[in-house]
Amino acid sequence: MAERSFKKEVEKLKLGAGERFEGEGILAVTKALLQSGVAYVGGYQGSPISHLMDVFADANDLLAGLDVHFEASASEATAAAMLAASVNYPLRGAVAWKSVVGTNVASDALSNIASGGVRGGALVIVGEDYGEGSSIMQERTHAFAMKSQMWLLDPRPNLPSIVDMVERGFQLSEASNTPVMLELRVRSCHLTGEFTAKDNIRPEFTVSDAAANPQRDTDRIVLPPANFLHEVEKVERRWPAAIEFIRENRLNEWFGPQGGDDRGTEGDGAIGIIVQGGLYNNLNRALELIGLSDSFGNSRIPIYCLNVTYPLIPDEVRDFCLGKKAVLVLEEGQPEFIEHELNTLMRRSDIQTRIVGKDPMPRAGEYTAQVIRDGLGSFLRDWAPDIAPQQPRSDPLPAEAAAQIPGRPAGFCTGCPERPIFTAMKLVERELGPSHVSADIGCHLFSILPPFNIGNTTMGYGLGAAGASAFKPKDKRAIAIMGDGGFWHNGLTSGIGNAVFNKDDTVTLIVDNGYSAATGGQDILSSRAENKARTTQHPIERAVRGVGGKWVRSVNRTYDVARMRDTLREALTTPEKGPKVIVASSECMLNRQRREKPLKKKALKDGKRVVRERFGVDPDTCTGDHSCIRLSGCPSLSIRPNPDPLRQDPVAHVDNSCVGCGLCGEVSHAAVLCPSFYKAQLVSNPGRWERLVHKVRQAVISMLQGWDGRARAARAF
Amino acid sequence: MATSMTPQSTAAAGPKRLSVAILALGGQGGGVLADWVQTVARAHGWTAQGTSVPGVAQRTGSTVYYVEMVQQGERAQAGDPDEPPVMALMPVPGDVDVVVASELMEAGRAVLRGFSSADRTTLIGSTHRIYAIGEKSGMGDARGSAERILEAAAQRSRRFIGFDMEAVTERAGSVISAIMFGALAGSGALPFGRGSFEDAIRGSGIAVESNLRGFDEGFRAAQQELSLPEEPQSDFPAPTSETGRRLTARIQGSLPEPAHEAALHGVQRLMDYQGAAYAEAYLGRLLSIAALDAPPYTLTAEAARHLALWMSYEDTIRVADLKVRETRMDRVRGEVRAEDDQLLKVTEYMHPRLREVCETLPAGMGRAILGSRALTRLLDPLFRKGRHVETTSLRWYAMLFILSRMRPLRPRSLRYAEEQARIDAWLDEVRETALRDRVLATEIVRCQRLIKGYGDTFERGLRNFAAVMQGLRTPPPGRAPAAWAAELREAALADEDGEALKERLLAA
Repeated sequence: MAERSFKKEVEKLKLGAGERFEGEGILAVTKALLQSGVAYVGGYQGSPISHLMDVFADANDLLAGLDVHFEASASEATAAAMLAASVNYPLRGAVAWKSVVGTNVASDALSNIASGGVRGGALVIVGEDYGEGSSIMQERTHAFAMKSQMWLLDPRPNLPSIVDMVERGFQLSEASNTPVMLELRVRSCHLTGEFTAKDNIRPEFTVSDAAANPQRDTDRIVLPPANFLHEVEKVERRWPAAIEFIRENRLNEWFGPQGGDDRGTEGDGAIGIIVQGGLYNNLNRALELIGLSDSFGNSRIPIYCLNVTYPLIPDEVRDFCLGKKAVLVLEEGQPEFIEHELNTLMRRSDIQTRIVGKDPMPRAGEYTAQVIRDGLGSFLRDWAPDIAPQQPRSDPLPAEAAAQIPGRPAGFCTGCPERPIFTAMKLVERELGPSHVSADIGCHLFSILPPFNIGNTTMGYGLGAAGASAFKPKDKRAIAIMGDGGFWHNGLTSGIGNAVFNKDDTVTLIVDNGYSAATGGQDILSSRAENKARTTQHPIERAVRGVGGKWVRSVNRTYDVARMRDTLREALTTPEKGPKVIVASSECMLNRQRREKPLKKKALKDGKRVVRERFGVDPDTCTGDHSCIRLSGCPSLSIRPNPDPLRQDPVAHVDNSCVGCGLCGEVSHAAVLCPSFYKAQLVSNPGRWERLVHKVRQAVISMLQGWDGRARAARAF
Repeated sequence: MATSMTPQSTAAAGPKRLSVAILALGGQGGGVLADWVQTVARAHGWTAQGTSVPGVAQRTGSTVYYVEMVQQGERAQAGDPDEPPVMALMPVPGDVDVVVASELMEAGRAVLRGFSSADRTTLIGSTHRIYAIGEKSGMGDARGSAERILEAAAQRSRRFIGFDMEAVTERAGSVISAIMFGALAGSGALPFGRGSFEDAIRGSGIAVESNLRGFDEGFRAAQQELSLPEEPQSDFPAPTSETGRRLTARIQGSLPEPAHEAALHGVQRLMDYQGAAYAEAYLGRLLSIAALDAPPYTLTAEAARHLALWMSYEDTIRVADLKVRETRMDRVRGEVRAEDDQLLKVTEYMHPRLREVCETLPAGMGRAILGSRALTRLLDPLFRKGRHVETTSLRWYAMLFILSRMRPLRPRSLRYAEEQARIDAWLDEVRETALRDRVLATEIVRCQRLIKGYGDTFERGLRNFAAVMQGLRTPPPGRAPAAWAAELREAALADEDGEALKERLLAA
């Protein structure tokens, strides 16, 4: 089960011609795929395209009715390889992933598919995780499109444009026998809007039809001599075909004054702007704020909007630039491939227009409306001073005030079962000194942030163990972390298999929370839950032993900090050679709460006995050192002003969001902290016997308390 | 053509557009709120767009949701409904009409990022704090200052609506997103009637009743003056017994006025901790310092505070004493929100080690055990495991109760002897220093703050205290000794491993 149920969104996928679709960008893409007659869809979840995968996973019946095959791929490489179905058959296929990381993983298959080319339309939907909110390295998918010669679409960020570009993408792919990438920025994936739906189309030719009628064409296989043929084909046939299609169908757009012969007018028109489609809205807002456009995009400066950022269309570029003194190119990220290409085109056509890009515009970072506004202002002051805004005055918040605003690094959720693992690591670190820790991708990577500050490197999804493989220790073993998601993505082979084969002496800690949690709680092979559509419950430990792992320990309740600590200590100190693997399992708390809360609610309603546990801190024994927080970092464990009139440091405090995971108590035991923590068990609808026992106890305790109270009053101030 | 940095209002030129930025922490329902706002706008025939950046940042991080809405004029009616106005995907500094922030520092962040501007923005922010990990994990007090943020929020908004949204959420039994939605409606910053906001809540069909309750509270709170979260207030202790009155008179008669409050609290605390004689001893020690003090008597006031804290050190008897009180059980019931018909079981996590047990024994006996290798080795395993002490069970309650009654034996305990010796050494140092440098003496008094906690934490505190006391004797050339002492103290609280302190001492 994914983090959210998308049953409601699935209904939107059923809309027919003329009906209004209202929803998120990435969901609009799912609808557009069905409207385009897609025959198969695959992909790997990850922000910002997770919802696409989640909706399809929840739309089994609808997809079965349309004969569309959907698969939650094991990795992006799997997904990309799936596109092989479009090589020989007229099947439209789409795959999706988070980029640039997913594209990295997929690139072997992508190179192959791009080399041989496709017959059916092949669309790769990439969620470009760049800029604010991104969790990955800041690189451009553009480079992949260029090196493999796949076409790259970057539509204007509004639903009708995005939806249209999905269908156009398939057509372009078929017209040029080339896979096409559709790039959506993070906010485009999550922007809400509307478009007019069309009917879903059942693919004319289905994957079953293809399987029943196998076809073979050795020219499409990357093996000599066909591989040399492919390169020539790319240059001589596919590229020109793509350019032809893009120009004929006017996939790129022009805004603002374009002059009689599309060369721009004098005055304002002596300059122009070339913009990536995805940045168009930000550009218009920037223009609007300096008074050069309105909210419907009526710009006073000619704009050439690249909904296709690769390849460029030389004729269109030439026509736009001709007669202009300077053209500003807005291209997010680096290297500035488009700017380079534009300059080449100018030289080849011997046009004197200046291409201005990464000079007024920053080389790195997201091009927000504010950034574009600043860069545009500078461009205008240089090239069109008559319409340029003045240098903006800046009035930042004074440093003393700004310094009060704390950073909020991402952290583990309340009650997260991964937290105790790192608490245990901290405790072992105190005994044995720090180890080199090779971290992995997943929620567990938050360990590198406060309060744990554990982890030296992260080399990619599932590569935690591989990242530790250079360490052949004499005494001190390196520790590798790996999530269950990463384990099945590739860690089993790249990490465990590799370590077994090479007789590594490292410790690998596999964090098994039952889901691909960081991407939204999707099921994976080792998930404990029953899943109607897929098979689950394949234990990680068995897989590890299957590839030859010998020293394997499973800890089935990560909250048992003492056991975690002892197991880890044993792994680090045992004389046994070879890889030491610990599988630490406890269910992701977000998903567990989502599962259990409604059940508890119902039980309460039905008058059944229900126990709720939560933790608390006694403020009068808490001395305000906050060791507990440094070993936990739970959001529900916070601080509050000290109620003691003499003490000054804030005391620890557990708020009502506590889910009673028990870590606080375990930590104060394992680390010998302080007696301030208590666990409260609240019993609703207790049984009769329980009530009676409680009454008797209460009576005795009250008597003692009364006695104690009188004695206290006698020596009171 | 715009010529200044002040953004032009687009209202004059084109269709009316309003923008709302929502700053919330992951899990506070910022997305739900953004959806509601769009529903309201669309119900009035406006075109609305929302954007957000979910993902890992959502897990406890701060997130920005952004809603833009445009009143569609004739153009939209005549034209293609698929040709929407061009909307921005993120708030642009200087171009935001309303900011709603779910927490004080998030309101501050909106100001920091320029989303709130003095000529335009209605800033609706909660005044309560959700502390960030950096603030929570400090060894002392690492909290940011609320006053500076409140000041900036007021200066850098056209109107600042601030109230404790958490308290209101609590009162209404609702969620903070509903409160924010109510406050947004109540602010009147959007040209839509209250009814359509409530319809949006009803339309979503989830927890309608409690959300409407929260909405109503938020709506009304937005009409009020700026209000801040309640701070714990302590009353000036008033004596209730003959002894209390006698000691109060002694304090008022012999101590300088600035020290009265802390001294009264100190006496009250120590009478509860041990008894009248112990409180008298406290006053005696305090007077010896007051005798060396002069206006403004900061030394005495600080000594009144820190001496009382040190003298009421947390030993096993004290912990048991605090745990068995009736007032404590009542507090726990309130804190965990136990309802009247719910049974409550309370389990403590205690970890008395052999050391703590010996410290409670008479000094001679305690020392003998700790000093004997054989005995330590024999007994230690018994005290290695933490105990789950269920205070609501008879067995454990009785055990703690008996321990708490051992108070009369405390003055003979090993810990008592150790602590009194430390206190006397500290006070000697203070008095000796006060003769030549009262400011430095005050700083030495404040070093008591370093000693806190139990077990390892306590031992680390003692080590740091000793290191600071040693280091402050030799300030680097040109440094004022008092400032140097304060610096060392802060360094000792900078990190757990004592790196900062070590560095400071080495550099000196």
